[in-house]
Amino acid sequence: MDTYLIANTLGYPILSTLLLLPIIGGLVTLFLKGEKMLKAWGLVVTTATAVLSLPLFNAFDRGTALYQFAEVSHWFPFLDLNYVVGVDGISVLFVLLTTFIMPLSVLCSWTYIKDRHKEFICVLLLMESAMIGVFVSLNLVLFFIFWEAMLVPMYLLIAVWGGKRSDYASIKFFLYTLLGSVFLLVSIIILYVKCGTFFIPALMEVVFPFSFQVWIFLAFTLAFAIKVPMFPLHTWLPAAHVEAPVAGSVILASILLKMGGYGFLRFCLPIAPAASLYFMPWLIGLSLVSIVAGGYLALGQSDIKKLIAYSSVGHMGFVTLGIFLLSTGGIQGAMIQMINHGIVTGALFILVGIIYERTHSREIEDNKSLGMLMPAYVAYLVIFSLASFGFPGTNSFVGEFLVLVAVFTHSKVAGIFAILGAILAAAYMLRLVQKMVWADSDGHGHHDDGGDHGHALWDLNMREFLTLSFLLVFVFWIGFNPKPLMQVMDTSITHLMEQVEEGHHQLKESHHVAPGHDLAALVNGH
Amino acid sequence: MNMLLFLPELALITMALVLFFATLASWSFKRLYGLTLAMAATTVVCAVASWGQEGMLFFGAYQVDAFSQLFKIFITMGLFVVIAMGEGLKGIETRLKPEYFLFVTLSCTGLVFLTSAMELITIFISLEVSSFALYVMIPFRKADGRHREQMEAGIKYVLFGALSTGIALFGMSYVFGIAHTTYLAELVKVVPGLFASSPMLIVGMVMMLAGFFFKLAMFPMHFWAPDVYQGAANETAGFVATIPKVGAVALLIRIIALSQGADLGDFTWILATFAVSSMVIGNLSALVQEDVKRLLAYSSIAHAGYVMVALLCVNTLGFATAIYYIAGYMVMNLACFYVVYHVGQEGENVTLSDLSGLYKRSPLLALVLAVGAFGMAGIPPTVGFFGKFFVFTAAIEEGLFALVIITVINAGISAFYYLKLVRAAYTPVADPGETLVVGKPASLLGMALMAAILMVGIFPQFFMEVAERAVGTLM
Repeated sequence: MDTYLIANTLGYPILSTLLLLPIIGGLVTLFLKGEKMLKAWGLVVTTATAVLSLPLFNAFDRGTALYQFAEVSHWFPFLDLNYVVGVDGISVLFVLLTTFIMPLSVLCSWTYIKDRHKEFICVLLLMESAMIGVFVSLNLVLFFIFWEAMLVPMYLLIAVWGGKRSDYASIKFFLYTLLGSVFLLVSIIILYVKCGTFFIPALMEVVFPFSFQVWIFLAFTLAFAIKVPMFPLHTWLPAAHVEAPVAGSVILASILLKMGGYGFLRFCLPIAPAASLYFMPWLIGLSLVSIVAGGYLALGQSDIKKLIAYSSVGHMGFVTLGIFLLSTGGIQGAMIQMINHGIVTGALFILVGIIYERTHSREIEDNKSLGMLMPAYVAYLVIFSLASFGFPGTNSFVGEFLVLVAVFTHSKVAGIFAILGAILAAAYMLRLVQKMVWADSDGHGHHDDGGDHGHALWDLNMREFLTLSFLLVFVFWIGFNPKPLMQVMDTSITHLMEQVEEGHHQLKESHHVAPGHDLAALVNGH
Repeated sequence: MNMLLFLPELALITMALVLFFATLASWSFKRLYGLTLAMAATTVVCAVASWGQEGMLFFGAYQVDAFSQLFKIFITMGLFVVIAMGEGLKGIETRLKPEYFLFVTLSCTGLVFLTSAMELITIFISLEVSSFALYVMIPFRKADGRHREQMEAGIKYVLFGALSTGIALFGMSYVFGIAHTTYLAELVKVVPGLFASSPMLIVGMVMMLAGFFFKLAMFPMHFWAPDVYQGAANETAGFVATIPKVGAVALLIRIIALSQGADLGDFTWILATFAVSSMVIGNLSALVQEDVKRLLAYSSIAHAGYVMVALLCVNTLGFATAIYYIAGYMVMNLACFYVVYHVGQEGENVTLSDLSGLYKRSPLLALVLAVGAFGMAGIPPTVGFFGKFFVFTAAIEEGLFALVIITVINAGISAFYYLKLVRAAYTPVADPGETLVVGKPASLLGMALMAAILMVGIFPQFFMEVAERAVGTLM
C-alpha cells in the first residue's frame, strides 16, 4: 500500500481535519441557539475548513502522481476496509473547490433561508464532510459510503428548504442517484472478491480480462453518468435545481456534478482502460448529444434556474467529451472545465438566488430590464454569463478551447457538433442577458408602488458583492493564467494517460473475445 | 450445574412469575411498569453476564454456546426496548396491561429457549411457547368501539400459526423418519450424506423450515404479517415485528448450518426462490401502502428475503452477516415502531398522512424515523448499509450472482417507500397539527436507538467479530 502513498508531513492530519471539522461543527450546531449565532458559526466552520485546506495547494508536490498527504488507519481489517485518504493532482482540485464553495453557499443563503436555521447549517456542514470524503477516499468502500451518505443531506436540503415541487424533485434526485449506485456497490464487491482489496491505486494496477472490464465499466459508468448527468439520464437535474434552495443549487452545480467526472477519471479510465477505449465512441456520442440537447433545451426555458440547469447539462457534456477523447489535452480541458463550471455556474445560481429574494420569481418575464435598477447586479450577471459560454479571457474559454482542440484532432464531425453546442451556449446566455438587462420594458413592473403589484428592488449589498467578487477573481485568474492549475494536475494526468495506453494493448490482445462473457466464470476463474 | 448457564432463562422465568402474581394483584400501573422495566433490565444484565458460558443441559437437548448467548442478549435487549418504548401502553386495554407484560415476557422466554434448543422436540415446544403467548397478546388492543380489527388479526395469527406449526411438525416427522434422530448434533453428521440419497429429506427440511418462516414472515408464510401488524396495538406490533424474527433467524442458522459441506443442489434453489419471492412481494406491496404498520410489515417480508440470501451462502461470513443483519434490523424496526407508537397518540394506527409535518410537531421523532428509514434503505453510515454490504459480499464470494442482482434491484425499489416515510415527515405542510410531546425517558430511548443504528454502522468491526465468534461454534 505504501508504494502508492506519500505520507502527510504537514504536522497535522490535514485530510482528516478537513473531513472531521465540518462534522464536528455540524454536531455543535445542535447546541447553538439564535439565527445570527448559527449563521456565523456556519460561516466560521466553512471558512476555517477552506483556510485549513490551503496547504493542499501550496505544499502539493507537483512532480509526482502518487497520492499525497495520505493517512492510513485500520478501521475494519476484517474485510480490508481501511481508512485510507490521500489526494493526487486530480482530486486535490476538487477538494479545494469544495472547501471554497462552501463558505459562499453559507453566505448566499444568509437571508434566503427563512426558517430552521439550525438544521440548515447542520445539514450544510454534514454535506461538506461527505463531499470532501468522496474526493479523498482511496478505499472503494469508504468512497461508496461518502457517495451515498451525501444523498441524505442533499435530499433534506431540497425537500425541506426547497420550492413548491420540492417533494417531487427531491425524491427524483434521491432515487436516480441511488439506483445508479446500487450496481456500483455490486461491482465494488466483485472487484474485492477478485483482487482481495478495496484499495483503489492497487486495483488500478490489476489487469482485468476485457470482458470483465466491460461489466465493471458499465456499472461504474451508469452511476457516474447519472451524477454528471449525461443525456438521457439528466432529467433529475432540472427538477432538482429548480426546486433546491440557492445553497442547494450552488452545491449541486458546483460540486455534486463534478463527482461524476471525477468518478470517470478515478475509476472507469484506470480500472477498465480497455473497456473505456471500447466504449469511447458511444460515450463521445452521448456527450455530444448532451451538449447539443442541453443547449437546445436551455434555449427554450422561461425559468432562469431551469435555463442554467440545462446549460449545466451542456457544459458537463463538454467535460465527458473531454474525458472520453482519452487524450491528454481532452482530459486537461475536462478538468479545467469542471473547475470552471463549478465557479461560473455556482455564481450564476447565486445571482438567481439574489434576484429571487427581491422579486420572488425565477421567470425571465418577471425579471426583465434590470439594467437601470440594479447596475452592479447586472454587471456581474453579464460577466458570469460571458464566462459561462466561454468568452475569451474568462476561465471557461480555456477549458472549452482545450476540449475543442482535442475533439477536432479526434474527428471533424464530432468537432462540428461541439462547436454547435458552444454557439447554442452563447445564444441562450445572450438571450438571458438581453432580456434581464435591457429588454423592451422600462422597468415599471419593478417599482414598489406600495400595493399588491410590483416589488422593491435594491442593488447588491456588501455580502452579496463580496461573495460574487470572490468568484470573479477566479474567473479572470484562471482565464488569464491557467498555468498554476495545470501544473497541479499535469503529472497525474500523464500518469492516467499511461494507464489508458495500457488499455490499447489489452484491447488488442482481447480482440477476439466478445464482451458479455459469463460473469460468474470470470470472477471465480481467477 | 453451573447456574450461570441457565441464568438468562431463570431471570426471564422469574420475571414471568412475578408478573403472573401482578396480574392477580391490583397494582397501580406506574408501579407495575417500573417493576417490569427493572426486571427487564435485569434480564439483559443476566444475559450479558452469561456471555462466554458453554455447556450442555437436559441430556444434550439444550446447548449453551456463544451463538445462543449472543441471541439471548439480543432478545432480552429487544424485550427491554419494547417495554421501555410502550410507556403507558396507550394501545392496550386498561385491565389487560399486566397480562400484556406477562405474555410479552413469556414469548421472549420461549424465544430464548429456542436459541439454545438442540433437539427437534425442544425446538418445537420452545416455538409454541413463544407463539401461544403471542396468540393471546394480539387481541389485547384497546376496544373502544373504533378498533375491532384486533380480533381479525388475532384469529388470522392463530390460524396461520397453527397451520405453519403443523407443516413444521410434519416436516420434522420426515426428518426424524429418514435420519432416525431428533438431535441436531446427530443430524449434522448424517444429513449431508443423506441429501444425495434421499430426496424426501429435502422435502422434510423445507417443510420444517417453512414452519419457521412463519415467525420470520417470509414467503410463503408471510400472509399474516400486514394484517396482524395493522390489527395489533402499536406496541404489540413493535414486538411481533422484531424479536420473534431474531429467534427465527437463530433457529434458521442452526438448521441450515446442518447442511454445510453437502452439495445442496435443489435445497438451495427452493430457498433461493423463497428469498426472491419474499423480496419481490414484500417490496412491491410496500410501495402502495398507506398505513405505516402495513408498510413496515411488507418491508419486513422483504428483509426476511435479504436475510435468507445471507443464510444461503452457508459459510461463516454468511451466517455472521445474518446475525449482524437481523440485529440491525431489530434496532431499525424498533426505531420505526417507536415513532409509530408516539405518533399514534391514542393508540390508533398511523398512516403516511398522519406523519406529514412531523418535523414541525416533534423534531426528535422525525429524526428517529429518518435514521430508521434510511437505515432500512441501506444508506451509509447506518447498520443497514453494512448489513446489505456484507450480504452482497458473502453472496458474491459464493458466486450467487443472480441472487445478488435481484437483491440489489430490490434494495433500490425499497428505497422508494422508505423515502416515503422520510418525505412524509420532512415535507413542509401548511398546518402540521399540534406539537407531540415526548417525555424525557422516551426521548433518551429515541436517541439511544439512533445512536445504536449509527454507531454499529460506523464501527462494524467489533460486532462482526462477536458474530463470527458466535458462528464459530456452529461451523
